[in-house]
Amino acid sequence: MPDAWPCPYSNISLMSQSNHTQPKDTPPETNTAAPDSNGHFGIYGGRFVAETLMPLILDLESHYRAAQDDPTFSAEFESLLTHYVGRPSPLYYAERLTEYLGGAKLYFKRDELNHTGAHKINNCIGQILLARRMGKKRIIAETGAGQHGVATATVAARFGLPCVIYMGAKDIERQKPNVFRMKLLGAEVRPVTSGTCTLKDAMNEALRDWVAHVEDTFYIIGTVAGPHPYPAMVRDFQSVIGREARAQILEFEGRLPDTLVACIGGGSNAMGLFYPFLDDPVEMIGVEAAGKGIDTDAHAASLAGGSPGVLHGNRTYLLQTDDGQIKDAHSISAGLDYPGIGPEHAWLHDSGRVTYTAATDAQALEAFQLCAKQEGIIPALEPAHALAEVILRAPDLPEDHILIMNMCGRGDKDIFTVSDALGVSLT
Amino acid sequence: MSETGHGEGRNRLERRFNALAAENRAGLVTFITAGDPSLDVSLDLLKGLAKAGADIIELGIAFTDPMADGPSIQAAGLRALDAGITLKKTLQMIRAFRESDFETPIVCMGYYNPIYKYGVDAFLRDAKQAGVDGLIVVDLPPEEDEELCLPALAAGLNFIRLATPTTDNKRLPTVLKNTSGFVYYVSIAGVTGTEAVKAADVQPAIERIKRQTSLPVAVGFGIKTPADAAAIASIADAAVVGSAIVDRIAEGLDDKGRPTPRLVEGVLEFVSSLSAGVKQARV
Repeated sequence: MPDAWPCPYSNISLMSQSNHTQPKDTPPETNTAAPDSNGHFGIYGGRFVAETLMPLILDLESHYRAAQDDPTFSAEFESLLTHYVGRPSPLYYAERLTEYLGGAKLYFKRDELNHTGAHKINNCIGQILLARRMGKKRIIAETGAGQHGVATATVAARFGLPCVIYMGAKDIERQKPNVFRMKLLGAEVRPVTSGTCTLKDAMNEALRDWVAHVEDTFYIIGTVAGPHPYPAMVRDFQSVIGREARAQILEFEGRLPDTLVACIGGGSNAMGLFYPFLDDPVEMIGVEAAGKGIDTDAHAASLAGGSPGVLHGNRTYLLQTDDGQIKDAHSISAGLDYPGIGPEHAWLHDSGRVTYTAATDAQALEAFQLCAKQEGIIPALEPAHALAEVILRAPDLPEDHILIMNMCGRGDKDIFTVSDALGVSLT
Repeated sequence: MSETGHGEGRNRLERRFNALAAENRAGLVTFITAGDPSLDVSLDLLKGLAKAGADIIELGIAFTDPMADGPSIQAAGLRALDAGITLKKTLQMIRAFRESDFETPIVCMGYYNPIYKYGVDAFLRDAKQAGVDGLIVVDLPPEEDEELCLPALAAGLNFIRLATPTTDNKRLPTVLKNTSGFVYYVSIAGVTGTEAVKAADVQPAIERIKRQTSLPVAVGFGIKTPADAAAIASIADAAVVGSAIVDRIAEGLDDKGRPTPRLVEGVLEFVSSLSAGVKQARV
C-alpha cells in the first residue's frame, strides 16, 4: 500500500489502509487495522443514525477515502499544521517534575502550544479541508468546554465559511471566555436548552441541525465518536500527535517510551497519541474523569462506571440507567463531561491493550497547581487528569522508565473554574 | 391475553391495511409517547385513540436523547420519564390495552438504546407477547439490520423502515429490502414537528417508492391539521400525525405540568377531526 500521507516525523501512514478490503467479521491482525469496512471496532462503533443522515455519512466516507489517496490533500493538511497550527509541537522533558516525583522520566507532548490552545485544531483542519473538497457551504459543530467550538470557529473563519456552534446552556455559563472567542471569530453560538443542557445535548442539537440542512452543511465532530467514519477519521487527523511523539522520543532517547498517558473525554487526544504506538510494546493509560468519585453519581467515567449502549451514532460504553436512559455526566472539566467514549477506546478497553483509570476533580485540581508551580505550565483541567495519574505512578517507576503524557490543552480557559473551586475571588 | 399464533402481530397490520383498501380510504396513524403525561392518562389516551378514529397507533418509547425529534416530542419523552415510564412499563401498557382491543395495530417507535439495554431477544419476546405489531427504530438504518431488524422479522414482528428525501433511487432497494408492514416516508429532511408538509412535494416520492414495493406507504412529519391529513390521505396509504397530537397533550397540562380533566377529551377531539379529514380525502 503506498504511503499517501508523507510525514516528516515517521514512516507510518496517516491511516492504516488495510481495512479497505478487509471483509467484515475477520478479526484484525493488528491493533491498528480497525475499524472494519462498516466502522466496527469489535462490537463497538457502527452507523446508528437516522436514514436521512445515512446517505450523507456514506458520501462523507467515500470523499474521505478519496482525500486519503490524494497527495494534494495531505500536502495542504501538513502545510496548515506547520504554518497555521505551529506543528510539530515540542516533546518536552519535564525535568523539575521528574525530580519532584522522583521516579520515571517524564515528557510532555506540548499540544497546548498549538494555535487555539489545544489539540482540537488538528482535527478541525482536516475536516474543514474535507468540507471544502465536498463543496459544503456551512459548518456546524458541538462543543462542551468550548475548545472544539473555538477550533471549529477558527478554521471556519480561516476558510470563510459561516459557522454555527451548539453549546449547552450550562456550559455557556461556565466557559464564558471561549464563548466570547467563538463570537469574535464570527461564529454563531446557539445555546442548547434541551435535556441536561450539556455536551450530549449539544451533540443531539447539532445532529438535528444536520438532518435539516443535509444539502449544504458539514458537521465537524470534535472527538473520536459518532457514526463511522468519524471515529476513524478524527483519530487519523489527530494521529499527528503520536507520529511526532514517536519520532521525537526516538531522536532524544534512541528508543520507544515505556508508557503513554492521556486523559479521556470522548478520547481524541488519547487516540491521537496512542494510535501510532498501538502495535509497539508500549504501555498505554487512558484517564477518565472520576468527578466526585466513581462510586457517586457525579462522574464522567464511561468505562469505569458505564456499560455498552448505543448513542450518537455508535455503540460504546455509556453512563446509563438499567432502562437504557442516558445519565448526566459530571466533571470539573467541561471537556471531559460526556456520558460516552469513543468506540475504539471501548474496544481497546475490552481487549486489554490500553489500561483505563480515572482521576477525581480533587486530584485534577491538585495536579493542575503542581504543574503550574513545578514546570511553569498552566495545564487545562483535562490533561490535569492525566497528570494526576502520572503523579500516582511515576514515583514507583525506575529512573530509566520513559513516560510521555499528552499535555493536550492549556489552562487559560479554566482559571475561573479553578479559582472558584479554590475559593479565590477574581472580581 | 397473550398471542399464540405465529405471525399474528404481522397479520394485524396487514388486515388493517386490507380493510382500509376495501373502504378505499387512507389510514390515520396517531403518535403518542407512552407515559406522557402520566402512566394512567397515557393508557386512557391509548384506549381512546382507536375509538376517536386512529387506524394504527404509533406508541413512542421514551428516550433521554431523541436526536431525530423536535421540541414537542422531546418534551413528551421527558414528561414520560419524569412520570416514571420504562420500557417494561410501556409493554405493560400495551398488554393492558390489548385486553379491550385486539384489532388496532400498535407500532412501537423509538431509539435503539433502551431496547439494546433491555436485551434484543427478551424485548422481542415480551413485545410480541404484549401485542406489539411492529417496530420503528430511528437509529437503525439497513446497514445495522443484524442488530434488531432481522431478529424482529424472525420473531414475527414487522420492522418498519423510514424512507426520506435523501433516500435516492439507488439506495431505495436497500431501504425496502427488509421492510415489512408498511413503509414510512418522512416527508421532509428535518426533525419531527418543525415544518408543514406540502402534499405536492410528497407525491412524486410516494410514486417512486410504489414503483419498487407493494407495501403500503404512510407519510409523516409536518402533518399538523385535518386539512394536512386529508391532503396526504388523498395520495398515500396512511397519514401519520405526531407532534400536533403531542402538542394537544401539552396544552392540556396546568401551569405545574399536571394533567387537567380536559386533557384526554381535548386530544381525542383533535384525533376525531384528523380522522374526519382522512375519511373525507377520497370522497
